[in-house]
Amino acid sequence: MRTYLIRRCLMIIPTLIGIATVVFIIVRLAPGNPAEMLLGDYATPEALTALKEKMELDRPVFYQYAAYLQQLFQGDFGRSFATNREVLPEIIRHLPYTLELSLAAVIISIIIGLPAGIVSAIKRDTLFDRISMVTALFLAAMPLFWLGILLMLFFSIRLGWFPLIGAGDPTTLNAVKYLVLPSMALAGTPIALVARITRSSVLEIVEQDFVRVARAKGLRENRVILKHVLKNAMIPVTTVIGLNIGQLLGGGVVIEMVFARPGLGKLLIDSIHARDYLQVQGTVIVTAALFVVINLLVDLSYSVFDPRVRYQ
Amino acid sequence: MTVFFERMLLKNRLAFVSLITVFLLIMVAITAPWIAPFDPNQPDMAHTLGGPSWTHPMGTDQLGRDILSRIIWGSRISLQVGIIAVGIAFFLGTVIGMFGAYWGRWSDEVSMRVVDIMLSFPMILLAICLIAFLGSTLQNVMIAVGISLSPRFARIARGLTLSVKEQSYIEAARAMGAGSTKICFSHVLPNILAPLLVTATLYVSTAILIESSLSYLGLGVQPPDATWGSIINEGREVLRLAPWISTFAGAVIMVTILSFNILGDTLRDYLDPRLRRQV
Repeated sequence: MRTYLIRRCLMIIPTLIGIATVVFIIVRLAPGNPAEMLLGDYATPEALTALKEKMELDRPVFYQYAAYLQQLFQGDFGRSFATNREVLPEIIRHLPYTLELSLAAVIISIIIGLPAGIVSAIKRDTLFDRISMVTALFLAAMPLFWLGILLMLFFSIRLGWFPLIGAGDPTTLNAVKYLVLPSMALAGTPIALVARITRSSVLEIVEQDFVRVARAKGLRENRVILKHVLKNAMIPVTTVIGLNIGQLLGGGVVIEMVFARPGLGKLLIDSIHARDYLQVQGTVIVTAALFVVINLLVDLSYSVFDPRVRYQ
Repeated sequence: MTVFFERMLLKNRLAFVSLITVFLLIMVAITAPWIAPFDPNQPDMAHTLGGPSWTHPMGTDQLGRDILSRIIWGSRISLQVGIIAVGIAFFLGTVIGMFGAYWGRWSDEVSMRVVDIMLSFPMILLAICLIAFLGSTLQNVMIAVGISLSPRFARIARGLTLSVKEQSYIEAARAMGAGSTKICFSHVLPNILAPLLVTATLYVSTAILIESSLSYLGLGVQPPDATWGSIINEGREVLRLAPWISTFAGAVIMVTILSFNILGDTLRDYLDPRLRRQV
């Protein structure tokens, strides 16, 4: 187990280098001089000369690449020319908003999707089953940002229950009010997936011999479902939830823009509109790295959830 | 195809309705210049933020432009991106996955590591990154969405090629002196095409969704050209006064995605019943 953990953790190093390499290639693919591109509208002759020297643009691409990687590994993502702030601290400042949004969306998708899937499977082919599965079908087809706008329209504008935009003061409980609608919007697709997978997984387990034995022993239906069926049905559900945690970072970019939440997504899009490409470069790298780390943690958690999956 | 139509579509009402919807959407996109009641980009300051009426069934926006006409014209861009981006992903992914797996050893290793790295970006993030540095034009949106989707195709093409390349007809072709390019295109590709086409159908909806998200974020096709995502974005600014703008455009995206999803699922079930059981 420990060897697996170490090997799995070490394996993310080449992936992180790969992510940095992809971003390096994309910046070089952009039309014009990379330094001019990165500085955008803030390209004073002095700033341009300084950045050209830092990027070693007068040297072969290999040297530029080596210098770029070296700076990244030292945590030097450069300084934003739009805000005149260091790129990395700016990213770290916005990170908690994104993490809390993703986490809240995962919790909501479990709270709603799991019971909906279980009840659908138990009450197969009933009205509840049909309604929940049709709802799941629609939720999976809804663009997240549209779902966000609909929630905004109904709960903020019509009913006035939740604030329209922003993130509130993070030190007070008031911030939770600001989190409800964005996280519900972000949870739309995961709710649909969790409900569908839970339903099909429970239906499959219900047919197994050990469930029949449990019923034959005279156990009550609630106990059969909770103790025997659900425990076994959770494995594919955990996989789907795990796969979605990372994907929520992507969806969060759009939702943060809809609700004007100051997370990584909003920082990224605002930086693109401000042509602040050093900030864009840093934010993309950190978000993708976060995605990799979250996927690693999810992978490792499988062995905890399912004793049969013990990595050697 | 006739069998697919008779067995799957006519028996499955939902799939049949989806096929009709997709057909209608394609027809709307093709005939947009003739069927759109108004010029989609022509402001009409006398009728700004008008609600749904007989003249403007989906209302007007803050510049008095007819929402229905903008949605009709927007269908051109959405479907174009959906189909062409998936075409790019199909081509890139198939070439990388098929040749990597066929040649094996280091080429397979290298191609799969590249694919792994591309998969370590959330799909929309990679598209946003490409658009940010390449610029927001229709062509770049198609390329960005295509590149973002291509690793998924590469994975599937590789898996399929690995099993096909062991078949005796491939060995026979090799024994007859055929080169690897000839074998890949003439013998491997026809045998892995069906599942790849199913994957392509399923990913059209993803491509449309990414395009609309990019347009919503202001990174897609630039104004005044209408796209479904940008209509929702414009509607968000006047959500209190004119909620119909975002509502109608979003509903159209949802119906489109739903139709492509159902159609893709039906095609997958028809071609590979094993997948149906797994999903």
